[in-house]
Amino acid sequence: MSTLTPTTPAKPARGIRSTEAKAPRAQRESPFARVSAMVVMGVFTIYFLVPIWWLLVAASKNRSQFNSTNPLWFADFSLFENIGNLVAYRDGVYLKWMLNSALYAGGGALVGTIIAGMCGYALAKYNFPGRELIFNVVLGGVLVPATALALPLFLIFSQISLTNTFWSVFLPSLVSPFGVYLSRIYASASVPDELIEAARLDGAGELRTFFTVSVRMMVPALVTVFLFQFVAIWNNFFLPLIMLRDETLFPVTLGLYAWNSQVNQIPVLRDYVLIGALLSIIPLIIIFLLLQRFWRNGLSAGSVK
Amino acid sequence: MQIKKRAAAVALLTAATVVLTGCASGSSTSGGGDAAACEPSEGKVDLTFTTWIPGMEDVAAVWNEENPDVQVKVQTGPNGNGGTYQNFFNQLKAGNAPDLGQIEYDALPNFRVQDGLMDLAACEGVLDAKDDFVDWTWGQVNFGEEDAAYAVPQDAGPMAMFYRADLFAANNIAIPTTWEEFAVAAEAVRATGGYITNFSQSDINQFAGFVWQAGGSWFENDGENWTIDLTSPESVKVADYWQDLIDRDLVSTNPPWTDEWNNAYNTGSNWTWNSAAWGANSIASGAPDTAGNWSVALSPQWAAGENAAGNWGGSSTAVFKGSEHPYEAAQFALWLNTSDEALTMLNKSANLYPAAKSGLELPALKEGVEFYGGQAIYDVFAEASDHVSPDFIWGPTMTQVYNDTSDGFKGAVTGSGTLTDALTSAQQSTIDALEAQSIPVTK
Repeated sequence: MSTLTPTTPAKPARGIRSTEAKAPRAQRESPFARVSAMVVMGVFTIYFLVPIWWLLVAASKNRSQFNSTNPLWFADFSLFENIGNLVAYRDGVYLKWMLNSALYAGGGALVGTIIAGMCGYALAKYNFPGRELIFNVVLGGVLVPATALALPLFLIFSQISLTNTFWSVFLPSLVSPFGVYLSRIYASASVPDELIEAARLDGAGELRTFFTVSVRMMVPALVTVFLFQFVAIWNNFFLPLIMLRDETLFPVTLGLYAWNSQVNQIPVLRDYVLIGALLSIIPLIIIFLLLQRFWRNGLSAGSVK
Repeated sequence: MQIKKRAAAVALLTAATVVLTGCASGSSTSGGGDAAACEPSEGKVDLTFTTWIPGMEDVAAVWNEENPDVQVKVQTGPNGNGGTYQNFFNQLKAGNAPDLGQIEYDALPNFRVQDGLMDLAACEGVLDAKDDFVDWTWGQVNFGEEDAAYAVPQDAGPMAMFYRADLFAANNIAIPTTWEEFAVAAEAVRATGGYITNFSQSDINQFAGFVWQAGGSWFENDGENWTIDLTSPESVKVADYWQDLIDRDLVSTNPPWTDEWNNAYNTGSNWTWNSAAWGANSIASGAPDTAGNWSVALSPQWAAGENAAGNWGGSSTAVFKGSEHPYEAAQFALWLNTSDEALTMLNKSANLYPAAKSGLELPALKEGVEFYGGQAIYDVFAEASDHVSPDFIWGPTMTQVYNDTSDGFKGAVTGSGTLTDALTSAQQSTIDALEAQSIPVTK
C-alpha cells in the first residue's frame, strides 16, 4: 500500500495533462519548457514500459531462443503456444491461481470499500463521543505496514484454526485504514448535511440515506478506494506466503513465486513464470482502464474543494 | 491536543499488538509430543506433508491408494529458503506445524537447534533403514549420534564434472583428472579464448562442495558446543586454488543461474561445470544449442589416484515435534524415500537423485542421456556418491554463513580482498551469529 500510493496516481495524472492542458499551456509557457516536460515524461514512460516490453518479448519466445536471441526483440512468435503449455501444466493450476487472485482482490476490494465507505461516512457525518479517537486510531493504522502485521495475524489465525483457508487471506484484506481516511475526508467535503437532513425528513432511514443518497455523491472516492484495495490485495504476497499451504488456495503472486524458487532444478518452470507474470498483469491493466475515468473525476473534484 | 490524542492512539495500538502477540506465543508450549514413544495410532490417520517438490501429490496418491488408513495430504510453497523454512518455524511456534516437512541437509541443524525435529529412532524400521541409504546421507540426518534419526534422507547431489567433450577433443586438451591438471588445462582453454569453468561467487554451495571433496568440514558439534571451521586448512587450500585461477583470469565469474551465465555455456565460452547430479538438467535447459557435446567425468582430485567427491544440495523428509502420529509419518517417509515406485516418480517429476542405495539402480538412472551424447551419466554420479565423505557437517545458521561468505566472494572476484579473506571474516561473523542466538561455541 505505502509503495503504491506515490506511483499509481501518476498514470491518470499524466492522462489528464496530455488531453486537457494542451491549449492553455501553449500560450503561457515557452516551447523550451514544453519540450523539456515532454522529454522528462518520455524518459519515465520508457523507464516504466521497457520491463513490460521485455516481459512480452520474453514470453513469446521458446526456451532455446530465450538465451540466444536479442532480449528486446521477437524471435519466432510462440506466445500462444506458450500460453497453451502454461494453462495445461499441472491440470491448469495457473488458472486456479488467477481465479483465486480475482476472488481475493475483487471480493476483498468490494467488501472492503463498502466497509471503509460506511466507516468514513459515519466518522464524517455523525457526532458521537470518541469520534476523533477512533479516527486517530485508524490513521495510526495507515502507518503500520501490512507486512508487519502478517506474522501476528498468522499467530492469531492459528489460535482459531483458520490458517490455510480462504478466509485467512480474505478477512485481513477487508481492512483499509487509508480507505476510511479518504472516505471521511471526501464525505465531509462532498455530502452536504442539508441533503442528509432532507432525506431524513422524507422518511428515509439512515441506511437507506447512505446507500441511495450519500453513496452516489461519494462514488469517485469509493472507486479510488476500490482501486487501491484491489491493487494492494492483488500484489499482496507476504500474507498468503505465511498463511497458505494448499496450492489450490494460492493467489497468482504466490504461485509464481513458488515456481520461480524452483527454476534451478526444474528449468521448464522459468517459461511458465514469465508467461504467467505477463498474463497476471492484464487484469490490473483492464481494471485501471475501466475505472480511471471515475477516478479522474474524484481526484479533480477533491482538488477544487 | 491533537498531537496528544494521536500519541495516545499509537500507544493504544502498540499495546494491542503486544497483547495479541503475547497471548499467541503463550501457546507455543502446547505442541511438544512425546518423542521417545513411537506407537501406531488407533483408527484412521491423516497426515500433512509440506514440500516444494512438484508432483509430490501424485506420489502421495499412490501411497493413499495402498494405505487407506493413513492418508497423506500434500501441502506446498516456495523452496526452503524462499519462505517455507520460515513458515515451518512460525508454525512450530503456533503449534500447527505439519506432520512431515521437506528440509535440505544444510538446514537440518537449524531445526535441530531450535528443537523442531522429532527423533525417529524409536519408530519401527527407521534405524534398520540406515543401511538402505548411502552412508554419508545418513550422517546428515543423525548428526553423528549413533541411535538417532532426525529425518529420513531423500535426495543427494554428488558432484562430478560436466565438460564439453567436443571442445576438449578438437583442441587436443586432455580431460583433467586432478586439480593440478585442471589448472594447466585452464591455461590451454584460455589460450583458445574460452574459460575452463565459472567460479560461483554467489551460490556458496558449490564452494562448500569443493571443501567437502577436499576432506574439510565447516562445522563440528560435540553434542553441546559448536566448532566453526570455515578457515580449516582444507577450506583455505580450496580458496587459494580458486583465487589463483581468478587472479590469472582463467575462470569466468558470472553470477550463477543468470542469463549471462547460461549464455556463457550456450555459446561454448565456458567448457566445464563442477556440479551435482541434478545439474544435468540445468545445462540441458540453459545451453540447448550444445546438445550432444557434453560428457560427465569424476571430479578432478587433489592427489592423483584418489576418488573423492563433494556434494551439492540434497534434502530429507523430517517429522516435526508436535506431530500426533510419528509412527505413521515415519512409515510414509521410509516408503517415500526407499521404494522404487516413489523414487521413480520423484526422479521423473523433479529430477531428484535418490539418497537410497537401491534408488541408484533405478532403470531411469541407467539409461544413456541424449544431451550427453548417449552417455549413461548417472553411473558416474553413482560412483561419486560412493565416495562422498560422511564427515561434512552443516551449521545451525547456514543462511547467514552463505550470505556473509558470498558478500566476501563477490568482492574477491572483483579484486577487493581474497577468497580466504572472505572466509576469515565469515568465520568471525558466524561465531557472532551463533553467540547472538545463545548457541554455545568453542573457540
